[in-house]
Amino acid sequence: MRSRTEDDLMNFYRLLLHLYPYSFRAEYGDEMSSIFALELGRHSGMAARCRLWLGAFFEVCFNAAMVHWEIARRDLFHSTRSLLGSPGFTLTAILLVTIGIGANVAVFTLANFVMVKPLPFPEPERLMKVWEKHAGYSRMELSPANYRDVIASSQSFTALAAYNGNSMSLIGQGEPQRIDGASVTANLFSVLQRPALIGRSFSKADGLAGAPGTVVLSYALWQAAFGGDPSIVGKSVSLDDQPYTVIGVMPHDFHFPARETQFWTPFRFEEGDYQDRDDNMLEGIGRLKPGVSLEQARSELSLIAARLRRQYPKENENVDLSVIALRDELTTESRLLLTGLCGAALCVLVIACANLANLLLARSLARRRELSIRLSLGASRRNLLRQLLSESLLLGLAGGAGATAVAIAALPLLSRLVPNALPIQQVPPVDAQTLLFALGLTLITVIAFGVAPALQACRDAGFSGLRVGTRTGGTGNHRARSALVIAELGASVVLLVLSGLLIRALWRVQSTDPGFRTSGILSLRTELPFPKYNKTSTRDQFYSKVLTDVRRLPGVTDAAYITALPMTWGGGIWPVLVDGRSQIRTESNSASMRFVTPGLFSTLGIPIKSGRAVSETDTGDRPYVAVVSESFVRRYWPNEQPIGRHFNFAFHDHEVIGVVGDIRARGLERTSEPQVYLSSKQDPDGWVTYYAPKDLVIHSTQPTEQLLPAIREIIHKADPEQPISNVRTMEDVVAGETESRTIQMRVLVVFTGVAIVLAGLGLYGLLAFMVSMRQQEFGIRLALGAGPGDLFKMVLLQGVKLAVAGLLPGLALAYIAARLLESLLAGVRPADALTFSTAAALCLITTLLGTLLPALRAVRTDPTAIMRAE
Amino acid sequence: MADDSITSLLPLQPTTFHILLSLTDEDRHGYAIILEVARRTQGELKLSAGTLYRSIQRMLESGLIIETRNRPAPEMDDERRRYYRITPLGRAVAEAEAGRLRDLLKMARLCGVAPRTT
Repeated sequence: MRSRTEDDLMNFYRLLLHLYPYSFRAEYGDEMSSIFALELGRHSGMAARCRLWLGAFFEVCFNAAMVHWEIARRDLFHSTRSLLGSPGFTLTAILLVTIGIGANVAVFTLANFVMVKPLPFPEPERLMKVWEKHAGYSRMELSPANYRDVIASSQSFTALAAYNGNSMSLIGQGEPQRIDGASVTANLFSVLQRPALIGRSFSKADGLAGAPGTVVLSYALWQAAFGGDPSIVGKSVSLDDQPYTVIGVMPHDFHFPARETQFWTPFRFEEGDYQDRDDNMLEGIGRLKPGVSLEQARSELSLIAARLRRQYPKENENVDLSVIALRDELTTESRLLLTGLCGAALCVLVIACANLANLLLARSLARRRELSIRLSLGASRRNLLRQLLSESLLLGLAGGAGATAVAIAALPLLSRLVPNALPIQQVPPVDAQTLLFALGLTLITVIAFGVAPALQACRDAGFSGLRVGTRTGGTGNHRARSALVIAELGASVVLLVLSGLLIRALWRVQSTDPGFRTSGILSLRTELPFPKYNKTSTRDQFYSKVLTDVRRLPGVTDAAYITALPMTWGGGIWPVLVDGRSQIRTESNSASMRFVTPGLFSTLGIPIKSGRAVSETDTGDRPYVAVVSESFVRRYWPNEQPIGRHFNFAFHDHEVIGVVGDIRARGLERTSEPQVYLSSKQDPDGWVTYYAPKDLVIHSTQPTEQLLPAIREIIHKADPEQPISNVRTMEDVVAGETESRTIQMRVLVVFTGVAIVLAGLGLYGLLAFMVSMRQQEFGIRLALGAGPGDLFKMVLLQGVKLAVAGLLPGLALAYIAARLLESLLAGVRPADALTFSTAAALCLITTLLGTLLPALRAVRTDPTAIMRAE
Repeated sequence: MADDSITSLLPLQPTTFHILLSLTDEDRHGYAIILEVARRTQGELKLSAGTLYRSIQRMLESGLIIETRNRPAPEMDDERRRYYRITPLGRAVAEAEAGRLRDLLKMARLCGVAPRTT
C-alpha cells in the first residue's frame, strides 16, 4: 500500500513525463513510471524521496530535450533529403517566400521607421512643434517677438526652443565649403535632452546679445572636416569669415532639424530683433511638462494667441498658435505613400502565400502514394505530419533568410521615401526588430500555409491513397486551390489598378508646365557670407564679375542670379499693400519676393508679357521697380493696365515695370503665390540679407556638365574664398519634385509585375494539374464524340471563370483602395475608366496565357492510350 | 556480418556498450538492465530511466537489440515490462567495440600510461 506522499510524487512524475514527445511517452512512459515507483519504494524518508524526485526532474528535463532534439534532427534530415530530391519545387517555394516576405520586411521596416518608431530623443512623445497659424497658412514660423511672448506666458512646456536652418562658409579647412547648419536658441539641446558627445552644448550665456561666437559640430562634420580631432573643443573655426569657438560635438545619431544639419550656432538676439512681428523665421519646439496633454497645451497657446491679438491688433490680426506633436510633422502625402506601399506589399504576400499553398497542396497530392506506403509500413500520421511541417519550416526559413537579404538590399533604394522633415537617419537600420519581424512573418506564413496542405496530405494518405495512386484529387482540394487562385488574381487586379492610377497621376504631374525652361539650365549656389557682403555694391561687383565671364563661355546664351531657384524654397512671402489696402498677410494678399539680376527671365525662359525686365539701370539710387507675374496683375488690377502702377512691398514702394508669366514657384503640385521680382541692385545695404541672390542659373546650348570647371574657375577668380554648393540642373530640380512619387510608382510596378506573373503561374499550375487529373474523363469524352475544340473551350472556360471570380472583387477592392489614396492621384479619378479597363484586360490576358498550355494539352489527349491504360 | 554496418556504429557510447553487455547472457527488461549495469560496474554507473529508454530507442532503430516476445512465467512477470534481446549485429558491434578498447589499451600500455593488470 503506497502512502499519500508516494502517490503525489508518482503523479508529479507522470506529469513530468509529458515533457517527452507523445510517441516516446506512449512507448516507454509506463515502464519509466514503474521504474520510478520501484526506486521510490527503495527510498525511505522524506529527504531521500525529495532528492530522488529532484534528480528525476532534472533527468527528465534533460532527456526529454534530447529526445525532442533527436526527433527534430531526424525530421530535418529527412525533410532536407526530400526537398533536395525535388529541386524545382524547393527553389520555387523558397523564391515565393523570399519575394512575399522580402517585400513586406522592406516596406514595413521603412514604414515602422518613419511612422511608428520613437524619435531618437528621450520621451519623444512630449516633443511638440509650435507654429503660428495665419489665414491660409496652417503652419507659419514664429516671429522672435511672438516667440518671446509665448515663452513668457506658457506654463505647458518645461522649455520652448526655436531654430531655423542656415548655411555658412567654412573656410580654412581645405577647400572653402558651404555647409548646412542651424541657428538655435541656447536651450534647444536641453529641450531635446541630448547631451554633446564631447564638450558641451550651449549655455544661456552663449545666446546673449554680444556673446562671442560659439558652434557645436555634428559628428559627420567633425569627422570630415576635422578628422575627428579629439582636442577640437576650444579651437576656433572660421564661419562666414567670423571666428567661432567649437564648444562641443554631437553624437553620430543626432540629426536635427534635418539630416543635412552639420553645425549649430546660437541665436544672439538683440532688442531690435523683437520689433517686427511679421518676421516669421523661427520654428518652435517645446517639451511638454510631465502630465500636460497636447490638448491642454493647445488650449493654453490659443489663449495666449488671443491675448497677443488684443495686445497687437495690427501685427497679430488673424494670428493663432498651433501645437503639433513632432512625430506628426510627417505630411499626409508621405503617410499615404507609405501606407499604400504597405498595402501593396501585403497583396504581394497574399499572392506569394496563395501560390505557396497551392504548390504545397499539389505536392501533397502528388505524394499521396509515398505517404500511403509509409503509413502502411508503420509510420504514424503524427510522424508524417511532423515531417511535412518540418519541410514547410525549412522552406520558410530558407525563404525568410532570402527575404531578409532582399530587405537589406532594398532598404537603401527605398530610403528616398524617408522624409527630410523627420530628425532621423536616411536609411532605416536593419535591427533586431526587423529580423524578428522577418522571423515572425516567416513562421506565420509557414504555419498558415503549410499546415493545411500537410493535414490534407495526412488525411488523404492511407489505404485508398495506395489503391488509387495519384490519378484523382479530392473535390475539397480542388476547391481550396481554386479559391487560392481567385485570391491571387483578385490581389493582382488591386495592384494593377493602383499602379495604373499612380502612373497616370505621375504623368499628369510630370506634364505640368512649370512656367520656366528646364532643359539646358545649370544652377549652382554661391551663398555670399555676411557681413563681408553686407553692401549691395560689393555683392553687385561679385555678380557682375561672375556673370560677365560666364556669359562669355562657349555655348552659354545667358546667365543670371536669383534669391532662390523656383521649387527650392517656399519662403520669402510678403504681404502686398495696394492703394492703401490692409497690409495684413493672408493667403489672398501675399506674394513671393525674389531679388534677381538682369537676364533672369531670358535665362529661365519666363515669358515677358508686357513692359520690360529688370535692367542694369535699376539701381539703388533710382525709384524701386518690380516685375510681377500675371496672377499678381489678375489679383490686384484685373482688366487694367499694370505697367506704371505702384504697390508697397517689403517696406518699400515699387513701380511695376513689367509683367511675366506665372511659374510654379512652390512646386509642381502646389499652388504658388503670385511672384514679385525685384532688382538685386535695389536690395538696400544690410537689409534683408537673406534675400540676396544666391543661385546662379546658366542657360547653355552645350552639355552643362562641361561648363562646370570653367565656372568654378570664374567664381574662384571673383572671390577665392567663395564656396560653391548645390550644383544641379533645372531638370534635376523638377525631377526632385516627383522623386517620391517616382520611387513609389517604381516599387508598385515591380510588385505588380511580380504579382501578375505569380497569379498567371498559379492559374497555369492549377489548370495544368486539373487537366492531368481529368485525362481519363477527356479520353471518354473524345471517344463519345466530343471534338478537341470542345475540350479546349472547356478548359478555357474554367480559366475565364476563375479570372472573373477574382476580377470582380479585385476591381471593387481596388476602387476602395484608390479612394483611400485619392490625395496621391493628382486629380486622376479613383474610378478612372481607362485604368480599370486596362487592368481588367491585363488580368484577362494573363488568364488566357495561363490557360493556353493546359487547354492545348487537353486537346492533345489520346483516347485510345487512355482506354488502353485503364 | 558486413564490416561497414558494424564500423559505422563505432565507437559506441559507454551507455550503449554497457546495455549491450548486460544483454549478452539473457533477455532483460528495463529495470533489470539498470540493475545489471549497476552490478557490473559496482554501482559506478547508475542509468536513469530516461537515459536508458533514450538509448534503447536508438539501439532498436539501429538494430542492435530487439524487443522479444518471450516472457517469464506469468507469476514472475509484470505485464507493463518489455524485454529486450541482443541481436547478432548487436553482439558483433559489442565485440568490435571491445576489440577497439583492447587496442586502445594496448597502445596506452605501450606508452606507459595504463595500469598493468595483475
